[in-house]
Amino acid sequence: MVNLRELSKYPERFTGGHRLCAGCGAGIVARQVMISTCDIPVVVTSATGCLEVSTTIFPYTAWKNSFFHSAFENSAATCSGIEAAYKSLKLQGKIKENIKFIAFGGDGGTYDIGLQSLSGAMERGHKMLYICYNNEAYMNTGIQRSGATPKWAHTTTAPVGKMCHGKRENKKDLTQIMIAHDIPYVAQTYVGNWNDLISKVQKALSIEGPSFINVLTPCRLGWNYKTDNIMTVSRLAVDTCIWPSFEFENNIYKINVIPIKKKPVVEFLRIQGRFKHLFKPENIHILESIQRRVDNKWELLKRKAS
Amino acid sequence: MIKIMYPKGKLVTKTGNEIMAEAMRQIEPDVVAAYPITPATEIMQIFSQFVSDGTVKTEYVAVESEHSAMSATIAASAAGARAMTGTSSQGLCLMWEMLYIASGLRLPVVMAEVNRALSAPINIHSDHSDTMGARDSGWIQIYSENSQEAYDNMIQAIRIAELAKLPTLVTTDGFIISHCMEVVEVYPDDDVKEFIGDYKPDRYLLDIKRPYTLGSITLQDYYFEHRYQLAKAMIDAKCIILDVAKSFKKKFGRKYDFYETYMLDDAEIAIIIMGSTSGTVKVVVDELREKGIKAGLLKIRIYRPFPVDQIAKDLAHLKVIAVMDRADSCSGSFAPLYLDIISSFYVSEILNVKIVNYIYGLGGREISTAHIFDIYKTLDKIALGLEKPFKQVEYVNLRKTNE
Repeated sequence: MVNLRELSKYPERFTGGHRLCAGCGAGIVARQVMISTCDIPVVVTSATGCLEVSTTIFPYTAWKNSFFHSAFENSAATCSGIEAAYKSLKLQGKIKENIKFIAFGGDGGTYDIGLQSLSGAMERGHKMLYICYNNEAYMNTGIQRSGATPKWAHTTTAPVGKMCHGKRENKKDLTQIMIAHDIPYVAQTYVGNWNDLISKVQKALSIEGPSFINVLTPCRLGWNYKTDNIMTVSRLAVDTCIWPSFEFENNIYKINVIPIKKKPVVEFLRIQGRFKHLFKPENIHILESIQRRVDNKWELLKRKAS
Repeated sequence: MIKIMYPKGKLVTKTGNEIMAEAMRQIEPDVVAAYPITPATEIMQIFSQFVSDGTVKTEYVAVESEHSAMSATIAASAAGARAMTGTSSQGLCLMWEMLYIASGLRLPVVMAEVNRALSAPINIHSDHSDTMGARDSGWIQIYSENSQEAYDNMIQAIRIAELAKLPTLVTTDGFIISHCMEVVEVYPDDDVKEFIGDYKPDRYLLDIKRPYTLGSITLQDYYFEHRYQLAKAMIDAKCIILDVAKSFKKKFGRKYDFYETYMLDDAEIAIIIMGSTSGTVKVVVDELREKGIKAGLLKIRIYRPFPVDQIAKDLAHLKVIAVMDRADSCSGSFAPLYLDIISSFYVSEILNVKIVNYIYGLGGREISTAHIFDIYKTLDKIALGLEKPFKQVEYVNLRKTNE
């Protein structure tokens, strides 16, 4: 449990004035992650994407700590290079401070083009926290489908058409893929529960070795919700169990947020334009299939966590 | 024959890869990140053993691809470490995106590059297609004729890269140098360390008292200036390269320049070439000289930055020149080195020298003294007016039909 009063004593390390959209989740994730570090020195890397281009428009920066970006698919490899430099310079006595390393990537830079780099860095055991701010499509380039896009969502490269109801394939379960890497800490969280997110980041940073957190991060443009609905839509993902908040540590699953009453998944889908087509009368069977899939996966997770 | 030039030096017998690894041991970078690829694998294999034995303090990152090798090396350099890597061929291709980022961010990464042909078809033997493809990436490129040069070039590359704030690669020809045993003069560890000095970056990510953002997006208002600064750094690197060569000569005794001239002063015909085949050409030049034919050689050592304002002046007295490229740019025009040489002649307003272009040795195709003799014979005929200089690329030792 995190104490907000304590956290508020530390200066902001991710400042306002960046160019992320109103109603975007990425800025909230970045700010809360940086708040989690309190006064621990950190170096941050980022994949190319919304977060990076909107926060580092030369000659400005929103980052009060060292921040490094080089390309799209290599945030994890980049972070591992910095961590290797740190280990070397620290052993030689050239650096005194204890520094932590955080790599950011969107779902495109994490699930797809950056998966190899991420997998390699996790396998090599670099002491770093990788955070995927997962908005479930390539939002920076204009809402193209990714491996994280849920089935039936409308995107510009799997658009709804006369013959097609959006993306035809299920998203990959990257959190499970990361668990399969046998690393010390893996978690899922979401925007709209600062306590859950900050607790997980602090736990991940306190662990020796690599850790991975997959943060469901609403995108106003790509998900097509009302700007002020960002927290509602994100919390509904957890309340409907389509995106459970859980962690995996020492081979034990723990569900961190169990809804008092599990809501029907349509409540999450209905307020997003990307699922609008599913609410036509002829598509009711699709909504039912989504509900069945959510139910099955939720039951499976509960069994793992029992 | 390699002789002792430095009183404290000693002669050892090593392959090109072994000597590259030996140079890296003496340099002892803070971080090395690399991925195996034939024929460069051995360099990292040998170096890993140094790490495992505690001979070096280097943090070794055995990454999962060359893209990550270059990404991690760049990041380590940005973090404040002296960082090195090595690769070849397809590995360099996979690094392509990151090569431009290393130079664009002005990071003094140093790479041992073993020249190998590019796929397809797949081939593991030597030509210069890999590094020629990277010629516009903002890396300083240093080519070596033999293991001694590879060793000396690696030591100089560290100082050049750090003074110029430009990434630098040193090449050897795959198998021909990388796997060939040669006698090399090596210098004591302390003397090499003293020559390269400590790495003291102005700004680095791990300097938490002065944090900064590196790798920003720069748009229409700044991008052009940033790229211009890179281009200017490459021009400014020319002086740095010569200064480092001068201090290297003073310290260790061997002379280095942008290029080496061999029997060129009074030559009438000459070959311009780079890499290991220079040695073959020297043998032929010696034999031709015995016959009274005024043949010479110019061997390129520094290909990037290219000494465009100087090279033609040293060649102005010649009648005919053959530029021999070990890479084909498949451009419908000429090969890379030829085009650079032609530019130098044009801007130097030297327009009376006939210059022809040969492509040789792709995928390790044999290039023997007989082939070189034939080329000099052709140059001689052109010089005597018996043949006209050809106006397209000629291919050496190539089956052109279904032979």
